Amino acid sequence: MSEVDRRDFLKGAGFAAAAAVVSTEASAALVRPPKQMSPDAMGMLYDSTLCIGCKACMSACKAANDMPRDIPPDLRKWNENTWDSPEDLSGRTLNVIKVYRNGAAEHKDQEIDGYAFVKRHCLHCVDPSCVSVCPVSAMQKDPVTGVVTHNPDACIGCRYCVYGCPFGVPQYDFTNPFGKIAKCQFCNHLQKQGKIPACCDVCPTGASLFGKFSDLQHEIERRLSLAPGTPYEFPRGKLGGDRLPNPATIPTYVKGIYGEHEAGSTQVRYLAGVPFAKLGLPQVGLVSPARVTEGMQHTLYHWLIAPIVAFVGFAILARRNTPRNGDDESPTSKGGRQ
Amino acid sequence: MSDAAPLQRKLITPTTLVLATLTLIGFYFLAQRFMYGLGAVANINSGYPWGIWVVVDVIIGTAFGCGGFAMALLVYIFNRSAYHPLMRPALLSGLFGYTLGGVAVIFDLGRYWHFYNLLVPSRAHPDSVMLEVALCVMAYVVVLWIEFAPAFLERFGLSGARRGLGSWMWVFSALGVLLPTMHQSSLGSMILVMGYKLSPLWFTEWLPALFVISALTMGYAIVMFEATVVSKTFGLPSEQALIAKMSKVVGWITMAWLVLRWGDLFARGAVPAAFVPSVRVLLFWVENALFLTAPAVFLCPAGRASQRASFLAAVALLLGGSLYRLDAYIIGYAPVANWTYFPSASELMVSIGMISLEVLLYLIFIKTLPVLHRDAAHA
Repeated sequence: MSEVDRRDFLKGAGFAAAAAVVSTEASAALVRPPKQMSPDAMGMLYDSTLCIGCKACMSACKAANDMPRDIPPDLRKWNENTWDSPEDLSGRTLNVIKVYRNGAAEHKDQEIDGYAFVKRHCLHCVDPSCVSVCPVSAMQKDPVTGVVTHNPDACIGCRYCVYGCPFGVPQYDFTNPFGKIAKCQFCNHLQKQGKIPACCDVCPTGASLFGKFSDLQHEIERRLSLAPGTPYEFPRGKLGGDRLPNPATIPTYVKGIYGEHEAGSTQVRYLAGVPFAKLGLPQVGLVSPARVTEGMQHTLYHWLIAPIVAFVGFAILARRNTPRNGDDESPTSKGGRQ
Repeated sequence: MSDAAPLQRKLITPTTLVLATLTLIGFYFLAQRFMYGLGAVANINSGYPWGIWVVVDVIIGTAFGCGGFAMALLVYIFNRSAYHPLMRPALLSGLFGYTLGGVAVIFDLGRYWHFYNLLVPSRAHPDSVMLEVALCVMAYVVVLWIEFAPAFLERFGLSGARRGLGSWMWVFSALGVLLPTMHQSSLGSMILVMGYKLSPLWFTEWLPALFVISALTMGYAIVMFEATVVSKTFGLPSEQALIAKMSKVVGWITMAWLVLRWGDLFARGAVPAAFVPSVRVLLFWVENALFLTAPAVFLCPAGRASQRASFLAAVALLLGGSLYRLDAYIIGYAPVANWTYFPSASELMVSIGMISLEVLLYLIFIKTLPVLHRDAAHA
């Protein structure tokens, strides 16, 4: 290696080292600050202890959102391909009631020898991963109500939202050559007409309760503060609405509110008599994953400074190392300098 | 003009016929995908929405296409001009790795007819890692064709255009290093959002660095692999002297990757996870063993001197980098519910068809365009 060569080589190496230092500093300041919930956010409380498993919410959801029947292949013969009978969320099902069973399954909301119901749909995260990952802004979070919506006219079908959602909510319809992403949009179209989401509208017991998030928060605290057995009038439909309540008694709740800390925080929250993990609710981290990726991207691509500086550096070196006569892209004359 | 010349060999051979047949079989299943939906051909599902069409064709495929990136870094940025004869074949493999990776994205998209939305500024979502990857890969495909254009211009005797392009080539050489650095690292950032769904053996904030460095090692490995296969297949003089010299650099880069990976595993306290028996952990060790092969061979003079050992080490590096990507995207990932995924035969045939098409086009190009070094091509 000649002296000139060595100097060039070291210059290149120095540049690479500088780039490495930049990226080390990046990782220190990595996670971006959390997003805050809108003061006017709308929410839902699903109280598993009130749910009787009637599935009225499932059929109302299908009707309100114009979703097709969903019959798993192994049930097709048994139910003569007639009833909508989804077992989980899918490209054709936005909302599903599932059941927890243990041992003799005799006592409702009891972990041992008991059973309990659980409802699965979008939790409308405060800092949603699906919105963060979507390359074409098809997933949006309403700045006022906080509803996470999906626009199929923008969607390219990359399914990054399906892959990235910590709760396994968005689904793509793989059976359709023109498939769409399906996810609960909190009946945004009904909310805009002043109505309430279909599942909360038809729920006979108030297990699915719609309302302003801040009001729901108080309702949750009230239920958790009362002793089990205390008579209580459970509101139905919309919290603060004019519907007759469901008179019952306060059940024995398990500790915690699902959705309070999950993936940052969510606008749909759960109370239950059986541990949330047993109900099949995903045990996710306490930080929104979007904060990690966006923190990384915002650091590396802040005002595109790093790529521009890198480009200028590379261009200077490449220009110097390429002969000016344009005769060859080869940086040396024939025979080389070695 | 340059030192390259077309390889004087027959275009139609048993090999090319087999490759063409595999490509056609792949196209047959692709037609099914467009008629009956993704689920009719591929086993991807709600738990594993991305299968081998994404991970093999795009994530691994573009890493195999990093030859042009790796060589440009060495030749133009670090001024190692001696390696210039390896530049054009490297660019050519990159050209197909990336172009067909881009094509593979289109048929994997569930709503491909909206693809243009990526280019609509009002739709573009700058926080999305995928947008960065998509735009950057598109730009790099264009850059690769420009970097490779001299081969066409020489073939068709357009020396004026050739000279004009030559005097601006440094811009594209610089972009040809910058853009892959950006999107190959972003392919690592892309799975940062997996969080708890990805095993701690793979999930780290260093994913972008690990991805871009291993893409570089795969880029050098593919150049070494191709040079050896082409010279053996066509009985050409070997580039071994050059490769042996380059392999030392590759050995050190791979070593740096291993140090970063293990340093991070220790720093995060994730090492115990590597000793809990499971298929995943087994593959983790296979991955690391494959990576370790490269420095073991390349950093020892006897290893560098042996063409066989160097070739095997390059293959190990390609397999290790591929397995690392497969693990990070699919095997090390646990979906929310109890889903499983293994590619279907038809799904595999589409990927095999795409790879066959890449190799087929590579063979056609080296036989019709000035790609290989003149001394080699005329031997």
